Amino acid sequence: MATETQPPESESDQTPPDGNNSLRRYFRNIVDAPRDFGRSMIRHGRPTSDRARSQAIFTNLFLHIMPTRIHKYSLRIRATLGLGVITLVLFFLLTATGIPLMIYYKPSVEQAYDSMKEIQYVVPTGRFVRNVHRWAAHAMVACVMLHMARAFYTAAYKGARKFNWVIGMALFVMTLALSFTGYLLPWDQLAFWAVTIGSEIAQSPREVTDALGITSWCDVGGFQKQLILGANHVGQEALTRFYLLHVMVLPLATVALLAVHFWRIRKDGGLTRPDIEDRTTASAIGSPETRPARTYGLMAVVPGRTSAVNLNLTNTIPTWPNALYAIAALTMLTLAVTLACGYFFDAPLTEQANPTVPENPAKAPWYFLGLQELVSYSAFAGGVAIPAIVVIGLMLVPYLDRDPEDVGVWFAGKKGKKVTLLTAILATVTVIGMLVFTVNNGWLRNWYPDVPQIVITFVNPGTVLLVVFALWSLCVTKWTNSTRLGAIAVFTCFLVAFVILTYFATVHRGPNWDFYWSQADWPHH
Amino acid sequence: MSNDLHSSPRFQPPPERRDFLGLAAIWSAVVGLGVAALGAVRLPMPSVFPESNSRVKLGPVSRFKEVETTPVPEHRLWVYASDEGLYAISAVCTHLGCIVSKEEGKGFFCPCHGSRFDIDGKVVAGPAPKPLLHLLLSVSPDGQLVVDKQKEVGGDVRLQV
Repeated sequence: MATETQPPESESDQTPPDGNNSLRRYFRNIVDAPRDFGRSMIRHGRPTSDRARSQAIFTNLFLHIMPTRIHKYSLRIRATLGLGVITLVLFFLLTATGIPLMIYYKPSVEQAYDSMKEIQYVVPTGRFVRNVHRWAAHAMVACVMLHMARAFYTAAYKGARKFNWVIGMALFVMTLALSFTGYLLPWDQLAFWAVTIGSEIAQSPREVTDALGITSWCDVGGFQKQLILGANHVGQEALTRFYLLHVMVLPLATVALLAVHFWRIRKDGGLTRPDIEDRTTASAIGSPETRPARTYGLMAVVPGRTSAVNLNLTNTIPTWPNALYAIAALTMLTLAVTLACGYFFDAPLTEQANPTVPENPAKAPWYFLGLQELVSYSAFAGGVAIPAIVVIGLMLVPYLDRDPEDVGVWFAGKKGKKVTLLTAILATVTVIGMLVFTVNNGWLRNWYPDVPQIVITFVNPGTVLLVVFALWSLCVTKWTNSTRLGAIAVFTCFLVAFVILTYFATVHRGPNWDFYWSQADWPHH
Repeated sequence: MSNDLHSSPRFQPPPERRDFLGLAAIWSAVVGLGVAALGAVRLPMPSVFPESNSRVKLGPVSRFKEVETTPVPEHRLWVYASDEGLYAISAVCTHLGCIVSKEEGKGFFCPCHGSRFDIDGKVVAGPAPKPLLHLLLSVSPDGQLVVDKQKEVGGDVRLQV
């Protein structure tokens, strides 16, 4: 019991046994100081029982985001794949490597590239820390996407969890924004041209306003670009803004959103699990309707099934040690993989930024390459319209698909697995077919050189795919009479398209954005 | 008369004075904070852009008249001499701002997203929404060719010298 190990608070006030020898007492205090310090920091001492460990979880500021007991199912690998924890570890690792990099990095056009070289070749462990920062950033983007796919395919966005899915989408956008702003800082060729292209994409609504003839008084595109760059070209103003966003604004916003994200997991009923996992004990306690509402702490009476606190006592296990060990293992695994990558592989650093000659080909980081392929059909459609529709569409998923069944079940069971597989095959065929067609035949501009740009903006391979996916999803919804399966169809379409476009742009696009079977076929200069 | 009004279904009793004052307080706070937020957003939008003059001297006119094509990479443009006069084509791709490269007799190619332009800068393939810009040329009093990098002119405009 915690109380047994707790020393009496008033020990130091009692008259010590050796009378008034204050000097002796003083020296004994020196000897005892470390242990006394430990006791003052953690009052309950080492918890030796389940109850004491639960209490430790409950009362510790950092541990109390977790419940004291956790459902057995939540610790199975298939429940979460550990992706949320891995992403969090990567975020901490990025903070821990980013701050030391700030010691040497100088956000000025004249000195940025030189300070990168210094970090790379002069600063002790500088190259390693920068490598880890870069690989952890890539890994975090990948893990955020996988985590989103996991949450989607286990229907972890339904009922009380609706809003947390939206927070998750905001965190996804934050992660991409952090990556993009970090991309400019080295001030090498890759950085300069990626951000030039990015800021021009922000300006691309001009494609539409030009066609309508309203650019002169309603220049949304120009406004966005100037707001991002603080100028008309990528220069010192842009570097200052990107640096501020990267090291300050976006990390703070991310931390705030993360806090809400974790808090909501608890408040929305814990990690998602299938209903079937609860049924064994549910009958003994009563149906959700007849069960009394439970009281949490002092404040809230929380209605609903998911928050009936003691319902699953037999299915739960203490968080300490079970969940803590799982989290510790995931942490060590993530650190091991990322640090090993940082040790063995160097992060790229190309030549210093040169505003007169772009790289050929100038490729974005992998997670934006799918978008770059779409942008090569139309800047506005591929760079603004389609990403906006996809992100807003994803945010709306929980509000459009409200069927309460299948929460926690991967792919919504057998029928859903069939829909997922069929959709994946159809989407693969459609996307590859579209790419083959476009590479072989070009598009409207090749056939009718005088076609107005606005037609291409709205009718191009990207928008055609978008419409096909939307129609397919509507058909699935109708045929299966289930909005959940319709949602699975459209999500699978986008996932497949993302993967194929990313692969295609990585491997098969070469100089002048021409098609090549592999990099070995690129022409030599 | 007033009785009729009160019994009609459309009639809503006026809000209590307390409610009115409370609502007024809340809304004035919202409006005040909103205006303050707008002001904070106004700050990052610069009113003066840190740029050098868009009009630059390129060199003596005679130098450009002698050669059919003169590349000016530091200002991202080419100067052409034809029988009708001089003209300048910008090398900045109208799609997403990359610098196009020129292939003799064929036209211009953008390395970033594959836009292609003919020798006059007209789009033949790829995502570029507009032809390459033809820039305004003039002659300064000391006989130098001057280009304005922000003034676009029609594709058939020539500077007679």
